[in-house]
Amino acid sequence: MRALYRSVMALGQYPSAVAGLGIVLVMVLFALFAVISIPYQEAVRLWRGGEAIWGDTPRNVPPAWTNWFTTTDQPSTIRLDSAAGQATKSRADLGDELAEIDFTFTFDYRFDGFPQELTVFFTSTFVERRPSASLTWFTPDGREIRLGDVTLRPSEAFRISQDTRLERRLGGLRPEVGLFADPADPARALEGRYELRIAGLVFEEGADIDARFVAYGQVHGWAGTDHLRRDLGVALLWGAPIALSFGLLAAVGTIVTTMFIAAMGVWFGGWVDAAIQRITEVNIILPFLPILIMVGTFYSRSIWVLLVVVIVLSIFSAGIKTYRAIFLQVKQAPYIEAARAYGAGNARIIVRYMIPRVVPVLVPAFVSAVPSYVFLEASLAVLGLGDPVLPTWGKIINDAQANGALFRGHYYWVLQPAALLLVTGFGFALVGFALDRVFNPRLRDV
Amino acid sequence: MADAAAMTGASGDARRRSGGSSSLVRVLRFTVVRLVALLATVVVGVYLTVLIANMGGYVDELRRSSIREGVSLMVGMDPEVRRLPQAEREALLAGLIAIQEERLGLDRPFLLRSFAYLGNALTLNLGRSEFLSSDSGSREVRNIILERLAPTLLLFATGQLLLFFMALFGGLVLSRRYGSWLDRFVIALAPTSAAPSWFYGIFLILIFAALLGVMPFGGMTSSPPPPHPVDYALSVLRHLVLPVTAIVISAVFLSIYSWRTFFLIFSSEDYVEMAKAKGLPSQTIERRYVLRPTLPNIVTNFALLVITLWSGAIITETVFNWPGLGRLIFGAISVIDVPIIVAATVIYAYLLAITVFLLDFVYALVDPRVKLDAGGAT
Repeated sequence: MRALYRSVMALGQYPSAVAGLGIVLVMVLFALFAVISIPYQEAVRLWRGGEAIWGDTPRNVPPAWTNWFTTTDQPSTIRLDSAAGQATKSRADLGDELAEIDFTFTFDYRFDGFPQELTVFFTSTFVERRPSASLTWFTPDGREIRLGDVTLRPSEAFRISQDTRLERRLGGLRPEVGLFADPADPARALEGRYELRIAGLVFEEGADIDARFVAYGQVHGWAGTDHLRRDLGVALLWGAPIALSFGLLAAVGTIVTTMFIAAMGVWFGGWVDAAIQRITEVNIILPFLPILIMVGTFYSRSIWVLLVVVIVLSIFSAGIKTYRAIFLQVKQAPYIEAARAYGAGNARIIVRYMIPRVVPVLVPAFVSAVPSYVFLEASLAVLGLGDPVLPTWGKIINDAQANGALFRGHYYWVLQPAALLLVTGFGFALVGFALDRVFNPRLRDV
Repeated sequence: MADAAAMTGASGDARRRSGGSSSLVRVLRFTVVRLVALLATVVVGVYLTVLIANMGGYVDELRRSSIREGVSLMVGMDPEVRRLPQAEREALLAGLIAIQEERLGLDRPFLLRSFAYLGNALTLNLGRSEFLSSDSGSREVRNIILERLAPTLLLFATGQLLLFFMALFGGLVLSRRYGSWLDRFVIALAPTSAAPSWFYGIFLILIFAALLGVMPFGGMTSSPPPPHPVDYALSVLRHLVLPVTAIVISAVFLSIYSWRTFFLIFSSEDYVEMAKAKGLPSQTIERRYVLRPTLPNIVTNFALLVITLWSGAIITETVFNWPGLGRLIFGAISVIDVPIIVAATVIYAYLLAITVFLLDFVYALVDPRVKLDAGGAT
């Protein structure tokens, strides 16, 4: 064990290993942050949520930091909710159960680009007679544009962007463009203080209206959004713990079990050994990926079921033959004979005397196996066999592929999960390579 | 690839056991034992695939219910039948369902049918597919597979051969110049092989198809395919560039690194030092003292590479929309087309078994140490 410790310390001599360890550490912290900041149930709820959760986020927009690299400043989402006191709301009773409720939404617009969509969501309480509202738009340069009238249901979305008559009145510009465009230069947005006034009328005693104005931005958060308006940040964040746990569990499960079975086969010999050899040969004939796909298609797409299948299929693989060759030599060593002489049992010999001898082979193999399993999970997700409830990096790539992200220029959608996958894989691979050189001096000498 | 290398390792054990004085009987017995063992492995492997692809018999239930649904629908549409009394109509329905089930052999228990599947598969009697058909409209599994074989071979043979020879010669060059900046550069890049080829494929598509617009997004030819053969070939060539690049990039640095290390280990053998001491030119040393003894490994790697071509790469083909075997298998699994799944597996198993078997003899040809052992095998 002290030799192991010394070997790990020797890693410090390899700059690439230090870099790799640093990456792995950062990824682990990132994963821990994800698990702590968004609990598992919450992550699943957010990722599965529809319009109710993601109604106020724009569709398919890149992350906010892309603004640093572009000359035109794109807006992020502006959301003003009268229920949360983000608008001035006044109520004037006109008698005869009639009341006027006025809203003024004021906001500063300091972007060059235009919003993606403009929508006003109304929620109103009434018994029978539906309230009505009329909307007016005031630009910084003092123009006044009537947006229209609407009779409200308990929950009503007034989609300004879809009003074709308004579009005609604005001279053929789409409303979200026309309402913001600088009259001198219609390609740019006019900066300044905008106002949206809503004059509502309720016709009953206890009736009330609340309004929420959303100017959907062209950028969102630190990760952007997907085709279902979901914030990719949730999935990018939660992809880390899932990728790491899948990679680590699969690598541990596969390599430790393989080693135990190889040691047992060599130690007991005879039919145990023969059976292990034959099972391995049959397993090699079985096509690995197609079987995983079959399990995913036919039985269960749960990531944990697939993890178990991956481990089961990988136990009897080429590794068993490598370990067997080493154990065959170890078995002949005099200290094993000494152990038998003092009466050590089978289990003791295998665990205390044989297995420690393969640790030098085991550790690099283990670290190098992690990225391959991380990518295996992503591969399955790209084939559409991702876990149905969990957000993973592979599933983001799969969604992006399925919606033609590259074709339509939504590069952020593919690049972010891909970069995270690459960094994780690269970190483990760097450490694995360095460990290989530390533990196998023959490679180091030459 | 490494998996199959392990299988040949087992044959090495057997060879040592059968060693000693060379006699034809010994070699024959070794051959027969080896053949039987390999065949048994193939049989068990294929049977397991049959079981998994049929979900242990559950697929039969799906087939039964789909027959019931189809027949009920067909009968329900017929006005003649609708006029019949209830009992008669149900008898007719039951009769039609029984005929359909008999046609598909569903009247027999699954266990028996699974052995029939196995027998057909092993005799390469691939049969007809259940859902998929070839582009020419055939339902013969043989035709479907043959049609997809050419694109797969084109893509993966180009990619893998390029990769193999680049890695081999790259490794040889680096082993001669180890410690140089080029050597360190390749070693530093070796961890990039942690990512699979489809992953690099996405990046390549992003850069060359989406951003620069100089390469196609995927597919094998432009659409519609150009009528003139020369144009057609050029179009295929253009579509081949990105996937082949992805295959090569994803593995080339690691492969060069492993070959380089492998050659380095062999270059530090005593007989190489001896040859150097004798003052032989470095080219002779390389050819006779380094390449010659490593030939069995090179041959093994090459042979295993050739059979991995068979299965293609499911995800790379999906990402590049390449009409190959990998996507066929994936498509077959999605619609549970058992005959195609089993056929692809059995052919792969046979190819693997034959290669492993032949490698024993190839070893004897290229490795003098084996020749001494097995004598008459050559």
